[in-house]
Amino acid sequence: MSGYRTPLKRARGLGAAHHGAGHWIGERVSSIALVPLSLWAVFAALKLALYDYDSALTWVHEPLNAVLLVLLFAVSFIHMHSGLRVVVEDYIHKPFSKAALLILNLFVCGLGGGLAIFAILRVALSGAPYVSL
Amino acid sequence: MVQLTLPKNSKVGKGRHWSAPAGAKKVKTFRIYRYDPEGTENPRWDSYDVDVDACGPMLLDVLIHIKNTMDPTLSFRRSCREGVCGSCAMNIGGRNTLACTHGWEEVPGGDIQISPLPSMPVVKDLIPDLTMFYAQYASIEPWLHTETPEPRTEWRQTIADREKLDGLYECILCACCTTSCPSYWWNGEKYLGPATLLHAYRWIIDSRDEATGERLDALEDPFKLYRCHTIMNCAQVCPKGLNPALAIAEIKKLMAERVL
Repeated sequence: MSGYRTPLKRARGLGAAHHGAGHWIGERVSSIALVPLSLWAVFAALKLALYDYDSALTWVHEPLNAVLLVLLFAVSFIHMHSGLRVVVEDYIHKPFSKAALLILNLFVCGLGGGLAIFAILRVALSGAPYVSL
Repeated sequence: MVQLTLPKNSKVGKGRHWSAPAGAKKVKTFRIYRYDPEGTENPRWDSYDVDVDACGPMLLDVLIHIKNTMDPTLSFRRSCREGVCGSCAMNIGGRNTLACTHGWEEVPGGDIQISPLPSMPVVKDLIPDLTMFYAQYASIEPWLHTETPEPRTEWRQTIADREKLDGLYECILCACCTTSCPSYWWNGEKYLGPATLLHAYRWIIDSRDEATGERLDALEDPFKLYRCHTIMNCAQVCPKGLNPALAIAEIKKLMAERVL
């Protein structure tokens, strides 16, 4: 039962949060950014498949390749975070579960993105290409 | 978190069967959802073998025929019988529509299944409780907001500005779109739904309305507006051929426009 609250009171709820436009734009801009980045990633993967280990390291050392790799993973994880956030908001209605999953989503995407970017930077910034023994 | 079984009153059992009168030549079977929340029984599907030669071509004709000649306990809303009032909105053959403007011959398949609009509480049989739907409509303040003193005659509008309201003002608030929207099913308490947002847009783009910013403010919310994921059921089912999804997209564009 609604405890004598009027329907209008329920419909208005807690009022508008006055945000959401930024998220909406962010989802779309990250999607647009991922189109060229993903195409580039496919070509890069095909090219890398033909390289041996040392050539691949040299390739990652190229500033443009390193920057595009960082962007690819950063944008992917940002996009993944906003997408999963919508899934949680859509389907999870218990306040505690919802908050817990939203935080988990942030942490997992942040950790994944952080690890990926660190790995790329470590290779890209480690002086001369690493030569395996 | 996950509910694996349906709640008690959502389990729909098999109900009564009503045979066609002897001598009926063309018989069509209609399976109709029956439920009385004040009783103790679960909902059930009653099936009616209707002599369709004896009634009109529309589904509302069939329902009235059933109520008049077979089962007077069947409850449904109806008023204008010509697609203007929106009272007889229901789910027919898995699709929300108006019973009065939808012919039973248009429904594909064999038996025709009729149930109330999805996701709303049921008052009885085919009558949904639309209290929240109307309250959500009221919450967008669907009337002209102005601060400028009223002119001595009418508020004037160019023909081009008036044309912007076409495809919006025709909405009869039958709730076919809103109750067909999965996003509204999951978040109906917080998401305003397609019909209400279409009306919100109707006032946002009205050249005479002076509260455009306040109207956008009231909608800028992850749930009230942005639960629309362009599923497009609203545009598919609208019995008036309107496109609520397009109206919602226009609101989102205005939201972006004012921050860019």
